Amino acid sequence: MFNTRHTLVALVEDKPGVLNRVASLFRRRDFNIESLAVGRSEQLGLSRMTVVVGGDSAKVEQVRKQLDKLINVVKVTDITGEDIVTRELALIKVKATASTRSEIIQIVDIFRANIVDVASDSLTVEVTGDEDKVNSLLELLRGFGIKEVSRTGRIALTRGAI
Amino acid sequence: MKKTGAQILCESLIREGVEVIFGILGGAVLPIYDTFPQYPQLRHILVRHEQGAAHAADGYARAVHKAGVCIATSGPGATNLVTGIANAYMDSSPMVAITGQVARPFIGKDAFQEADITGITLPITKHNYLVAGAAELAKTIKEAFHIAQTGRPGPVLIDIPRDVQEEKAEFVYPDKVDLPGYKFVSKGHSVQIKRAVKLLKEAARPVIIAGRGIIISQAYDELKELAEKAQIPVINTLLGIGAFPGDHVLNFGMLGMHGLAYANLAVQNADVVIAIGMRFDDRATANTKDFAPQASIIHIDIDPAEIGKNVPIDIPIVGDVKSVLKAMNKEIESRNHLDWLSQLEQWRSEHPSLEIRQNDGLLPQYVIRQISEATRGDAIIVTGVGQNQMWAAQHYIYTKPNSLISSGGLGTMGFELPAAIGAKVGRPEETVWCVAGDGGFQMTIQELATIAQENIAIKIAIINNGYLGMVRQWQELFYQHRYVDTKLWNPDFVQIAEAYDIPGVRVKHREEVIPAIQKAMDYPGPFLIDFIVEPEENVYPMVQPGESLSQILELPKPEVPSKY
Repeated sequence: MFNTRHTLVALVEDKPGVLNRVASLFRRRDFNIESLAVGRSEQLGLSRMTVVVGGDSAKVEQVRKQLDKLINVVKVTDITGEDIVTRELALIKVKATASTRSEIIQIVDIFRANIVDVASDSLTVEVTGDEDKVNSLLELLRGFGIKEVSRTGRIALTRGAI
Repeated sequence: MKKTGAQILCESLIREGVEVIFGILGGAVLPIYDTFPQYPQLRHILVRHEQGAAHAADGYARAVHKAGVCIATSGPGATNLVTGIANAYMDSSPMVAITGQVARPFIGKDAFQEADITGITLPITKHNYLVAGAAELAKTIKEAFHIAQTGRPGPVLIDIPRDVQEEKAEFVYPDKVDLPGYKFVSKGHSVQIKRAVKLLKEAARPVIIAGRGIIISQAYDELKELAEKAQIPVINTLLGIGAFPGDHVLNFGMLGMHGLAYANLAVQNADVVIAIGMRFDDRATANTKDFAPQASIIHIDIDPAEIGKNVPIDIPIVGDVKSVLKAMNKEIESRNHLDWLSQLEQWRSEHPSLEIRQNDGLLPQYVIRQISEATRGDAIIVTGVGQNQMWAAQHYIYTKPNSLISSGGLGTMGFELPAAIGAKVGRPEETVWCVAGDGGFQMTIQELATIAQENIAIKIAIINNGYLGMVRQWQELFYQHRYVDTKLWNPDFVQIAEAYDIPGVRVKHREEVIPAIQKAMDYPGPFLIDFIVEPEENVYPMVQPGESLSQILELPKPEVPSKY
């Protein structure tokens, strides 16, 4: 019954309005979506959606069953307790001067992140990993001055055989 | 051969077995209406407001067990359907609502009479469609009827842009649907059924709570077999009325906020509750924390999302009620529960919830009872919402399956008149009584014109207490008699009816009740009776909000002088 973070993965039809239907259901049942990522899946005409929400298990199970009733949702699973791989991608534009640039590059290297754009007063960093890794890098870069951040939100798959 | 979108729509409706459409026209559905004369087998009933079309389609659907169809134009026509669609959604009534939309090039331009009706109805439809082209239309209609009428039924809306109605496409009606995301389980899990049978075998004080699912599934015989074989008393929800004969010895009536005292006591003292096709609505359970506190609960429902939604369940069985009950009946053993049934009989005599007291003024309970007597419990009763609804639920003895049509979930005042039209159109051989309150009647009163135009022979009983009665009752009990804005100035309903060419009488005294009802029944067409009843009569028993089903308020509180 405790408030925990749940990761729901839904296989949905790739049709107009489907994202709206899914998001609307969360709103109706009083859930705040922490993140939502969607893109084409391995099957033609189907997208895979990863939704992260906080809530007690019974409430999340209720919303999962309601989602499963949507005609455009082919399958939806709460994979929270399962053995899963999760990743998030973030782009971070950080202030950089001649004197700070090399220090930033060092930090980026430690995180195995990449510099994807260099300007006279900033660097744009691309980082992939779980949320903790992204958060840690952000925390370290904050001291240099962060100009912009864009995060994809979590995507997830269960490990091994399906 | 190529056909226009409008022709494809009509052809498809005919292939779905549609005979009647309730609607009112406007600019964005003109091509459809222009096509109707080519298809005389589709009867169109012209209503006076789109809400009426939706409720009529809903009433029709409930009466005949197939999807009711309504049609409205774009913009305000479509938004006027919304209450009726929400009502059908809450009560799992199959409906296909067709709306016109502005032509495709105008969509998203805030064109005249444009409204995003698929967006608006997203949370109140089982599914909806905006049709992108005439070539998609046949497939869409096939899917819409399939979705509306199978599994847990519900409303489906199809929004058709005006130019799609005129566009030509090849017409081939599909014989199958391909909906990978739509699934429902019909057969109950055999292990769960075995567990339920075992639990019932060990039960000493079992009760059945029968819901509307039994009516939807038409599992009347299966329910009766289960109840009789295992000698289990049957309690019903409001919408479960008509699932089990009202005059059956095992029938102990409706539970809930205005349930009969002995029905509530039975549930509260049961050791096993078998809830069939019901969804533990708060009006039925009262405070869920103390609902059936001694009972293990078996829940049979076709919608897995209903399991454990409001009340924890010990044995869930997901499946179609009819199929599950059939399987259970094969395994259930004959039992008798003499002690338990005599306990219930004792509660029934100690708590005579249906007793009507002697009174000088006309009592609404008496009116309902007399309609019940005059029709021998054999009519279809369509009610409004509020006191009239509760009295009709309590005091009419429903002997026939599926004989109450009422807005349970959404509680839509104004449902009664158009829904009664739909019921009578669907089952013209039946006597249909519309039991209305004076408040709700005025919310869809314009449909009197539809009744007159189509000569729909329904009998209308207005339970006229000059108040928004149920709200007044709450003000009396919980707001210290402060009757803020519940007193109604009313027009002369008999004269109103007369203006619509519908005969009617006013009844103020007890002795006039039976002759008036007789007169209404004898008259071959629609008839209205304005019953002027005791203005401050309350509905009892009552479980006050927040309390448990055991805390039953039975006798009127002593009169406290109003300070307001």
